[in-house]
Amino acid sequence: MAEKEKATIIMFSGELDKAMAALNVAIGAASMDMDVTMFFTFWGLNVIKKDKVDSKSKGILKKMLNVMNRGGSRRLPLTNFNMAGIGPWMMKKLMKDARFPSVAESLALAHEMGVKFAACTTSMGIMGLKKEAFIDEVDVYCGVASYLLEAKDSKVNLFI
Amino acid sequence: MKSDATLDCIGLYCPMPIANTAKKIKEIKTGQVLEVVGDDEGLKEDMPAWCKATGHEFLGMEEEGEKIKMYVKKTK
Repeated sequence: MAEKEKATIIMFSGELDKAMAALNVAIGAASMDMDVTMFFTFWGLNVIKKDKVDSKSKGILKKMLNVMNRGGSRRLPLTNFNMAGIGPWMMKKLMKDARFPSVAESLALAHEMGVKFAACTTSMGIMGLKKEAFIDEVDVYCGVASYLLEAKDSKVNLFI
Repeated sequence: MKSDATLDCIGLYCPMPIANTAKKIKEIKTGQVLEVVGDDEGLKEDMPAWCKATGHEFLGMEEEGEKIKMYVKKTK
């Protein structure tokens, strides 16, 4: 059998709406028999953080950042109409009413369909995050070379 | 149109009907026909596109009011 076509997505943003869009493309590409890898970096790491994180980060700045920037798929803000959390609450209700999967459900579905999750170790290092901070679905912890190895052969490459 | 299996995607939005079709097609045998019933307008474009990408044969669609019935033949 010929090698599968590849799709790579860089998830840089940590907002609910952008995560939804990225996961939709990932699930769609996996449905179309593509080999999909999502690279989570910077704010995008919030999408794959566990809801409860004991960051154990050293240093006051890292500790502060991880208190202010807790992350977790259920805690993501919206890019527009965030309104101190009212926006995401409304959007989640609308999504539920439309029987649309939540970000957590989409992550689980994407992973079940073979989408590979990669977390950027550079962002993790800068922000003081350890592997324990992330959901079990994360397949690999890597850097830019691993991403480029996949991206250079992929037909679809998105930065979200 | 005759089919060997039916997938209910009423009320589901993209990408769920396509994702569910990709799962369901694995359950039927090569040469069998899967009927997908949905009501998302975008499916009329997406199902033929999915077939084109995966190599399964798009046999056509029938519309009954809001309902869109699509027929896919498993080719491999």
